[in-house]
Amino acid sequence: MNLALRDIRHNLARFSLTTAGVGMLLMIVMGMGGIYRGLIEDAVLLVNKIDADIWVVQQGTRGPFAEISRIQRNLEDRLLTVPGVQSARAFVWHTVQRDHGGKPLRMVVNGLSWPQDKGEWLPLVAGRPLGAAHYEMVADKLLGLQLGDSLTLGKDVYSVVGLTQGMIGQGGDGLAFFTVSDALAIQFDTSPESVRLERSARKMRAVRDDIGKVQPALLDKADLPAHRLPAVSRPMISAVLVKAAPGADPAGVAELISGWQDVSVHSSDEQRELLLKGTVDRARRQIGLFTALLVIISAIIMALILYTLTLDKTRDIAMLKLMGARNSVILALILQQAVLLGGLGYVLAYFLGQWIFPYFPRRVIITDEDLFRLGIIVIAISVLSSALGVWKAMKIQPNEVLS
Amino acid sequence: MTTPAPAIETRALTKIYGSGNTEVVAMRDVSLAIGKGQVVALLGPSGAGKSTLLTAIGLINPPTFGSISIGGLPVMEGDSALVDVRSFRRRYIGYVFQKANLIPFLTALENVQLALEINDEPPRKARRRAMELLEYLGVGDRMKNLPHMLSGGQQQRVAVARALANSPSIVLADEPTAALDSVRGRQVMELFRKVAHDQGAGVLVVTHDHRALDVFDEILEMEDGALRQHDQNDADPDRRAS
Repeated sequence: MNLALRDIRHNLARFSLTTAGVGMLLMIVMGMGGIYRGLIEDAVLLVNKIDADIWVVQQGTRGPFAEISRIQRNLEDRLLTVPGVQSARAFVWHTVQRDHGGKPLRMVVNGLSWPQDKGEWLPLVAGRPLGAAHYEMVADKLLGLQLGDSLTLGKDVYSVVGLTQGMIGQGGDGLAFFTVSDALAIQFDTSPESVRLERSARKMRAVRDDIGKVQPALLDKADLPAHRLPAVSRPMISAVLVKAAPGADPAGVAELISGWQDVSVHSSDEQRELLLKGTVDRARRQIGLFTALLVIISAIIMALILYTLTLDKTRDIAMLKLMGARNSVILALILQQAVLLGGLGYVLAYFLGQWIFPYFPRRVIITDEDLFRLGIIVIAISVLSSALGVWKAMKIQPNEVLS
Repeated sequence: MTTPAPAIETRALTKIYGSGNTEVVAMRDVSLAIGKGQVVALLGPSGAGKSTLLTAIGLINPPTFGSISIGGLPVMEGDSALVDVRSFRRRYIGYVFQKANLIPFLTALENVQLALEINDEPPRKARRRAMELLEYLGVGDRMKNLPHMLSGGQQQRVAVARALANSPSIVLADEPTAALDSVRGRQVMELFRKVAHDQGAGVLVVTHDHRALDVFDEILEMEDGALRQHDQNDADPDRRAS
C-alpha cells in the first residue's frame, strides 16, 4: 500500500499549493540557468555566425567586443595579398542610442563589408539581405522595427529591408546591420557647426606651424572637407575578418599576419574565449553564483516543507511504529513525497518557464543538457531535503500515540 | 499433562522514573498472568500505574526491573528486550487506545489492511481479511469511509479490527470506551470478550467504566503502582447502591 500517495490524495489542496510554490521556485532556478546560458550564447553569437577564421584588430587590443579597436581600412587590401587568405572583410561595431517613436532605441551597429558581404549569412526571418551600398539596414526583431520602416541615424534615413531573430549583442541590445560606410557615417556623424569649427582650427594650425609656410598649397586646402585632403586620415574600422582559403591552414595564415607590427590577430576560438573570459565573465559568474544560492535556498525550503509535513504526521508515524512497521515503510512515505514534490515541481517549473520566459527582455535559453542537470539536482535536493524529515521520523517514539 | 502457557505473564515488574530525590516508583512488583481466551479488566485511579503496566507489557515502555513473557516466550528481562521488539509487536500484540488513532488519510478498510501488509501479508489477501474483520465487527458498510466520516463507536470498532488483524496473542486496550456513550462502550467491551473467546487471545483492558465489568473474566485493580485485590462492592457503584 502506497502511503505517500494516499496521504497526498487526502491533503490534495495543500500538496498542490506546496507543489506550486516549489515549482515556481524551481522555475526561477531554471530561469537563472537560462539567463546564464543566454548571456553566453548572446556574447558569442556574432562570432559564431559571422563565419570568419581570423580577427585582425588594433595592435595590442583584444578586439572590438572587449575594447575600442581602430585600424585603417586599407588593411583589408593588405590582408588580401597574404597567401592563404580567401577573403578579408571590414568590420565595424559600435552601440548607438536614438529616439524612435518617442522611445529610446538602443542598437548595436554592425558594418558589413559591401559588396563582398551583404549579410547573406544572417538568420533572416523576413525581407532580404542588404541590396544597396547605402541607406539600407537589416534589423533584429528585438529592436521593434518592421520591414519598410525608416529610421533616421545621423544625417541619413535608413530603410529596414530585412529582419533577423535572436541576433543580440553581449549587452542584450539588438543588432542592426549596415554597410561599413553607413556604419562609419553613423559613428562619425558630426554637426555642420562642428565641421566648420574643425576646418577653421585646422587652418589655424597650418598657419601657426612651419608646414603651412613651407607648403602654401596645403594652407589653401586646410579648410576643405576632410575627404578632399589626402593627408587627413579617413575614419577607421574596428576589425578585419579574414576567411582562409580552402585547404589553407588558418593557424598558419594567422601566424603570418601576426608578424605585422601594427595589428593583433585572434582566431575565432580565441575571440570567443576572450568574450567569455572578458566582458561577460563577471556577469556570468554572478548569475552562476546566484543560481547556486537559489539551489541551496530551494533545498532549505523543501527541507522545511518536508519537515513540517513529517511533523503533521507525528502521531501517524508513532502509530505505524507501534504497529511494528519497519523503518523502510516510514522512510518510503517521506522520501516518495519528497521526490513527488520535487518531480512535480520540476515539471510545473518547465511548463511555467516555457510560458513566461519568452516575455523576458533578454534571452533565456533552456538546453536539454541544463534540463537534465537540473532534474538530477532536483532529485538530489528532494532526497537530501527529506533528511530532516526522516531524522524527525526516526526520533518519534511509539508511545507518542498515547500522548 | 502440561498446563498451557498463559498469554501474558509478568513477574515483579517495577518501573522507576528519575533517580535520587526525584525518583518516582510508577509500578512496583506487579506479577500477573492472563490466560489465553481470557478478558481481564484493569481498574484503578489516575496515576495508579495502569498505563505504565500496559505499555510495559506492550513493549512500548520497558520496565526497570522484572520480566515479561508472552505466550510462554520471555520477551523482557528488566529493561532489556529479549526479542526484536518491533517485529514482535507486529506479530503478536494488538493495541486499542482511548482514541482510535486511525491513520486519517486511509479508509477504514485500508487502516486494517495496512496492519496486515506491515506483517508481510500479500495485498489481495490482506484486503480480503480486512473486509472479513470489518464485517465481523459490524462496520462492513463503512469500510470505504475515511476515519473523519465515522462515528466514535465506528472508529473504535475499526481500531479493534486493526488490533485483531494479525490474530495477535494478546490485545492491550487503554480506556477504549472513554470517548463512547454507555451503549457503544458496552458493545466494544463485549467485542473484546467475543474476540478473546473466538480467537484465543489474552485481552487486558484498562478501564474506568464500571458499567460493563460483568463482561470480564477477571478484574484486577492497581493502586499506588501495585496490584491489589479488587473489591467488587467498592468498585461497582451499581452493586453498592443495591
